[in-house]
Amino acid sequence: MSDAALELDGLTRRYGEREALSEVSLSLAGGHTLVVFGPNGAGKTTLLRVLATLLRPHAGSVRVLGRELPEESWAVRGRVGVLAHEPLLYRELTAFENLRLHARLHGVGAARVGELLEAVAMGARAHEPLRTLSRGMVQRVAVARCVLHDPELLLLDEPYSNLDPAAVELVARLIGGPGRPGEPGASGARTRVICSHDPSGGLAQADVVLGLLAGRPVLLADAEQVDPQEIAGLYR
Amino acid sequence: MSGVQELAPPPRSERPRDALAQTGLWRTVGALLRKELLVELRTLESVPGMSLFALSTFVVFHFALDRGSVEGDLAAGILWVTLLFAAILGVNRLFVTDAEQGGFDAFLLAPVDRSAMFIAKALTLLAYLALLELVAVPAFALLLLGSPLGPALPGLLATLALGDLGVAVIGTLVGALAVQTRARDLLGPLLALPLLVPIVIGGSRASSSLFEHAHRTGPAARWLLALGLYDLVFGLIAYAVFDFLLED
Repeated sequence: MSDAALELDGLTRRYGEREALSEVSLSLAGGHTLVVFGPNGAGKTTLLRVLATLLRPHAGSVRVLGRELPEESWAVRGRVGVLAHEPLLYRELTAFENLRLHARLHGVGAARVGELLEAVAMGARAHEPLRTLSRGMVQRVAVARCVLHDPELLLLDEPYSNLDPAAVELVARLIGGPGRPGEPGASGARTRVICSHDPSGGLAQADVVLGLLAGRPVLLADAEQVDPQEIAGLYR
Repeated sequence: MSGVQELAPPPRSERPRDALAQTGLWRTVGALLRKELLVELRTLESVPGMSLFALSTFVVFHFALDRGSVEGDLAAGILWVTLLFAAILGVNRLFVTDAEQGGFDAFLLAPVDRSAMFIAKALTLLAYLALLELVAVPAFALLLLGSPLGPALPGLLATLALGDLGVAVIGTLVGALAVQTRARDLLGPLLALPLLVPIVIGGSRASSSLFEHAHRTGPAARWLLALGLYDLVFGLIAYAVFDFLLED
C-alpha cells in the first residue's frame, strides 16, 4: 500500500476542445507540501478543483488520500479543505452563521466555530454580515472555513492574498505559511497543495515544486533542487 | 508572534470521516433551509418581487377586463396563470446566490447526501409560494372576484397546496439545471413553462367550480388526483436525477 497522499498519472482535463491540464503525473507523500507555480491560465485552479473532486478528470488516473477519483469521490469529500479564489461564503450571512452552516454540513460541533473565529481574530466581528467586512477579513473567515473540519489535505489557491502581515501570521497557524515550512496542521501533519505566484515565499514552504505552462507540467522537482530563477522563468 | 493559542483538533467523534454517518439527511436539510430563509430575509430578493408581480397583474386584469367581477374558468385561469408567472420569478432566483457565492462548491465538498439540497430548495420554494399566495389570493378575491372566498377557501387551499408542490419540485429541478448555464434567465422560464403547464391546467380545472357565483361546488376530485399524480411523478424524477445536475 502506497503512503502517497496524491498520485496523478497522466491527468488530463479539458474545457471543450482546450486542454486545461495535460498529462500531469506526480506523487506526493502524506504530510508534504506541493507548491504549484504558473502564470494565469496555466491550469493551477483546475488542478485544485480536480483534486477537490469538483471536476472530473477526462484522462489519466487520480488517487487522493488513497482513493481513486472520480469513482471514490464520496470517500474524499470531507477530508479535504479548499481555500479558493472565492471564499465559498454567503455575503448576507455573518461569519458565525457561515461557519455554523459548514460545521453542520461536516458534522462538527458549534464550539469549534467560536474557537476558529477567535483564532483568526474575527471574534469581535463574528456577527456582522460578510458583505460589511474587508476582503482580508473575509479571507480570514475563509481560512477558518477551510480547516473547520480538520481536513487531512489542504488545497490552497494563493492563501495569503488580501492579508496583511499580522493576518498572515494568524492564518499560518492554521494552514502553515511563509517562515513555517512543513509545520504540521492542528491535528498532525497535513498534506498541502498550494498555488502560488511568489517564487521565494512559495519555495520556502515546498517539499515538491510543480511548474505549469498552458496546462503542461514543465517543472517537477524536489524543492531543494529548484532555483527560484527557474520558477521566475515560468512567468516570462 | 501573536498571542493566539494553538487550536486543538476537534474531538474524534466530530472528525470528517465520521461525519457522513452523523450528518443525517434531515439535519442537513434543516441547516440548508435555515440558510435559505436567512438569506431571503436579509436580501428580500424573491418573495417581495413575486408578490408585487402578482398584485400588479391582478390590477391590470381588473382594469383591462373592465367588469365588476369574474367567475368560473376565467377567474381560475387568471389566478393560476398569474401565480405561475410569479413563481417563475422565484425559480429564476432560487440557485443564483449559491452559484455566484460558491455555495454549490461548498456543499459539494461536504460529506452529505446531495438530495438534501434538492429537498431544502424545494421546501424553500414551497415557502415562497405560500407567502406569495398569502398576499395574492386575498388581492385576487378583492380585485377580480368582487366577493370574499368564504366557503370556497378550504377547497382552494387544497388545490393550491397540490399545485405548489408540483411547482416547487419542477422549479427546483429546472432552477438547478438553468443556473449552470450562461443564459439562465432565459433558459429557466423556457424549460419551466412547458413542464408547469399541466399544473396550471389541473389547478384551473380543479378550482374553476370554486369561483362559480351561482352553483359553487368543491374542487373537482379527478383534477386534484391528476395534480397529485403529476407531483408524485416529478418528485420521483427529481429525486433520481438531481445528484447528476450538481455533478461536473
